[in-house]
Amino acid sequence: MSMHELTLRQIASGLANKDFSATELTQSLLARIQAVDPQLNSFITVTEELALSQAKSADERRAAGENGALLGAPIAHKDLFCTRNVLTSCASKILSGFKAPYDATVVEKLAAAGTVTLGKLNMDEFAMGSANESSHFGPVKNPWDLTRVPGGSSGGSAAAVAARLIPAATGTDTGGSIRQPAALTNLTGLKPTYGRVSRWGMIAYASSLDQGGPLARNAEDCALLLQAMAGFDPKDSTSVDQPLDDYLAALSQPLAGLRIGLPREYFGAGLDARIGEKVLGVVEELKKLGATVKEISLPNMQHAIPAYYVIAPAEASSNLSRFDGVRFGYRCENPVNLEDLYKRSRGEGFGTEVKRRIMVGTYALSAGYYDAYYIKAQQIRRLIKNDFVAAFNEVDLIIGPTTPNLAWKIGEKNADPVSAYLEDIYTITANLAGIPGLSMPAGFVDGLPVGVQLLAPYFQEARLLNVAHQYQQVTEWHTQAPTGF
Amino acid sequence: MALERSDVEKIAHLARLGLTEAEVPQTTDTLNNILGLIDAMQAVDTTGIEPLAHPLEATQRLRADMVTETNQREAYQAIAPAVESGLYLVPKVIE
Repeated sequence: MSMHELTLRQIASGLANKDFSATELTQSLLARIQAVDPQLNSFITVTEELALSQAKSADERRAAGENGALLGAPIAHKDLFCTRNVLTSCASKILSGFKAPYDATVVEKLAAAGTVTLGKLNMDEFAMGSANESSHFGPVKNPWDLTRVPGGSSGGSAAAVAARLIPAATGTDTGGSIRQPAALTNLTGLKPTYGRVSRWGMIAYASSLDQGGPLARNAEDCALLLQAMAGFDPKDSTSVDQPLDDYLAALSQPLAGLRIGLPREYFGAGLDARIGEKVLGVVEELKKLGATVKEISLPNMQHAIPAYYVIAPAEASSNLSRFDGVRFGYRCENPVNLEDLYKRSRGEGFGTEVKRRIMVGTYALSAGYYDAYYIKAQQIRRLIKNDFVAAFNEVDLIIGPTTPNLAWKIGEKNADPVSAYLEDIYTITANLAGIPGLSMPAGFVDGLPVGVQLLAPYFQEARLLNVAHQYQQVTEWHTQAPTGF
Repeated sequence: MALERSDVEKIAHLARLGLTEAEVPQTTDTLNNILGLIDAMQAVDTTGIEPLAHPLEATQRLRADMVTETNQREAYQAIAPAVESGLYLVPKVIE
């Protein structure tokens, strides 16, 4: 098996057995990124020097007797995690030349665990999108079909891991931005409970929804990464001070007696029936492992998209006011006065989709509209949360499709942004409620990957990883690689 | 109620976003499509439902009133578009 095909867990064994060094592995993957990534455009920045120095240090730590599971493990970060002295662009022109003066907590924690950072990954600009087409650095291609989107907004993370350029990556999920690209590229991706992973140094889109998490090729690798990423951080005022579970230990729990709920709203009109069949196939497999299944209802699901497209843009319009051409990033040429400086720096620096959402948010928060839009959306948000609370009184886990459709053609949904918004129908509710969600491979339709989504009560990431891992012990979908990669 | 060109220009001004002449008509159409999607909310009965601002209903944590950060002005200003003598430069505000 070539080095680039190894999972994080296999890399840990290889390094521990001295089959190869972290430096050899890093050099090999850097060469592969250089050779292969021009087809995909998944990296914005390759941090060769940083990677080689981190690899050297990992080899030294190992020689001195350390043996951490991530010591020497190569990864890359979505380009909205601040990385000290490295371009952190959010895939936006407005952050041109922005070399972050500090590391995000996630970056710092993973580096302390010994990971080697190979670079910064492409994404939708400011994480706004479901196709990775809104990046200032150009669209990312899906390695399963280079004419199709990889999903978004963590599309670079997904494409790079799916194409075996890196074994795992960080991502963020505000409305499905980890789970949806994982589904469209045959990966396992986890959005933790709101507050489980620190948002400090993670450039904000919608602060009450944003959450960082891992994308990898299986649940076990996601568990390894989450263990290092998660935890209380006093620097993030919404970080939750609650002990972490042992995610790796939880993987081996048997599933006997697991109560699964199938929400009828997730299998209605709008779902590609072939995806629905794959999801039911996963459910059958879990039944063989001892799970019981019942139909449930999440009656307010249909209201999630309208509520999301008020709350997220409203918070974005506030968060993105800091990009003003004064303290960092892009500034327009020859501003005539301060207002001109603000307007042209922002008008020229932000892309179309970002401007759209800032304007929707500005409108929703403006005098006279606040109650009709923002308060109304927050009331719907509570109804959605209440649906989950009620459902989790009856079942331990909810299962449904991650996406209503397969990966679409690049450019196909550009003319009508609202049609792309509807692709997030199954993922957005978890962000509004704040519960954890995971997408894992469930098979293929027309040669394209299908994802199944698992949702669990607050702070039960261990349960999600456990169920996904048990499923992956008896199936092979997650081991399939795209042809040519 | 559909937004008109003048509404869009006002929103862009509030958001301090410079739109080019060419961007205004398309932006107006797209914003109206998005608001059409959002307006589906109005059909939902939310009488007596308390708005949810934070999924876990957490309130802001307080910390001790102590200095924890050191001055890093030079590092922060090294990435600014224009600085002089430790100050950020912008076009003249007061004539």
